[in-house]
Amino acid sequence: MRAFWALVQRDIKLATRIGGDAMTVLLFYVMVGAIMPFAIGPDKVLLAKLGPAIIWISALLSLLLALDRLFRTDHEDGSLIAMRQARLPLEMIVVAKLLAHWLTNAVPLIVATPLLAILLNLDAGQTLKVILTLLIGTPALVCFGAIGAAVTVTIKRGGLIAPILILPLSIPTLIFGVSALSTGAIETAASSALLFLAGFTLLALVFTPFATALALKMGAE
Amino acid sequence: MSKNASIDPTPQDLGFFSRIAHPGHFLIWSKRWLVPLTIITVALLLFGTYLAFFNSPADYQQGDTVRIMYVHVPNAWLSQFCYAVMVVASIGSLVWRHPLADVSAKAAAPLGATFTAVALATGALWGAPTWGTFWEWDGRMTSTLVMLFIYLGIIALWRTFEDQARAGRIIAVITLVGAINIPIIKFSVEWWNTLHQPASVFRVDGPTMPMSILLPLFVMFFGFSFLFLLLHFISMRAEILRRRVRALERRNAQRLREQQA
Amino acid sequence: MIDISQHFEYIAGSYILTMALVGALVILVNRDYHTQEKRLAELEAKGVRRRSEEKK
Repeated sequence: MRAFWALVQRDIKLATRIGGDAMTVLLFYVMVGAIMPFAIGPDKVLLAKLGPAIIWISALLSLLLALDRLFRTDHEDGSLIAMRQARLPLEMIVVAKLLAHWLTNAVPLIVATPLLAILLNLDAGQTLKVILTLLIGTPALVCFGAIGAAVTVTIKRGGLIAPILILPLSIPTLIFGVSALSTGAIETAASSALLFLAGFTLLALVFTPFATALALKMGAE
Repeated sequence: MSKNASIDPTPQDLGFFSRIAHPGHFLIWSKRWLVPLTIITVALLLFGTYLAFFNSPADYQQGDTVRIMYVHVPNAWLSQFCYAVMVVASIGSLVWRHPLADVSAKAAAPLGATFTAVALATGALWGAPTWGTFWEWDGRMTSTLVMLFIYLGIIALWRTFEDQARAGRIIAVITLVGAINIPIIKFSVEWWNTLHQPASVFRVDGPTMPMSILLPLFVMFFGFSFLFLLLHFISMRAEILRRRVRALERRNAQRLREQQA
Repeated sequence: MIDISQHFEYIAGSYILTMALVGALVILVNRDYHTQEKRLAELEAKGVRRRSEEKK
């Protein structure tokens, strides 16, 4: 287990030091969310209505941006080869990296969400709910991102294809994440959506390490 | 490297299934099937089209647009069947590292994408006169659209990899991941749909369809299925040849380099 | 032809679109196959041999 936590620590350190890009992803998230009103218009009622969707899409795009970094640096400096042959099972290694990735990429987004909520005219109660859905849903997004990253890590300029592969997989998470925030006539479905979202994330957490490890192994010769 | 890579053992060495699935032998036996398959396909499609326009009635509910169903349904079915073929091939790639499995999966992807596109287009053209709109965000149309995206992503992956052998196994993983996700996506979209719309499911079939409508449907169904089989064979043959060409070009380049050294 | 009064454009459009897309697929698949055959013949004419054939 010590190896597991050591790996988590290592990834966090790598991401947060100079040369890592935890800040970039956060900045992208806030800017995308802040730019959308320019396209939608300053109508506060409309923005409040679309707010949850805008925040979720900004989070999705930001995480897509970040995921190439998940395995690529390890692939380039040879750490991936060491990881494949380590005593710690590759699946556990994947879990460690996913945990570190979520902590350094998704959690900052969630912390910055109140800022976006103000820009999009969401009230405090809604903001809290948005944060809750992001807390539950971003692990699933990170998991699917990991599969895409593992599949494309051996391609030299493959970073562009990974989002294309992941976006279809992210649709259920997006649907349930935003639906959990619905108000008005469909509010009754919001709680079941939240449950589906949680169930979905759990499923993703269970199966993704195996799929990702398999893709990484197949990527070796 | 699988030990079958470039060796042509005599057919008696292998069991029946291994023999027919050997790429070299596949080239030989598939060639005999090309002409018969072409004849069957063309005959069925022509007959089906004739029936569709000249020998079947208008539907009591939808009028003549039911004739679109005769092209829409076979293509919709094929878009899913083609993915099933890719899933079986992917399992073959991962579990047995079978070279023909890779070839089969790669050949099937563009076919599946085309059938899905046709299904979407004909579905839209069917929807416009029947239900007044070209597109509906319902479970079926949306998950077909998502399936098209998955197909296109897989095709893009094949083109991006330089090492095709490694590509086969990695793409097999993503194909299986997609297979597990497609029902989940469909479920989510349908759930999402009931959330935003009153429940009004359009049943295409209605009560039991009379034979006059079933016949063109079956004929077209089989016609398109044989078309898939035919195109799949040709594509697989082309892919096997392409890999040989690449191997030869590589050897040629190596020999030229050695000569100059 | 049976009387296809209304929506003829949609029906005809569907069939034409299907034929066009499927036709394009058939043409592309066949063209690709013939390209590979030609390339293989060219290479074999040049005398490049596969490893397995050289053993014979």
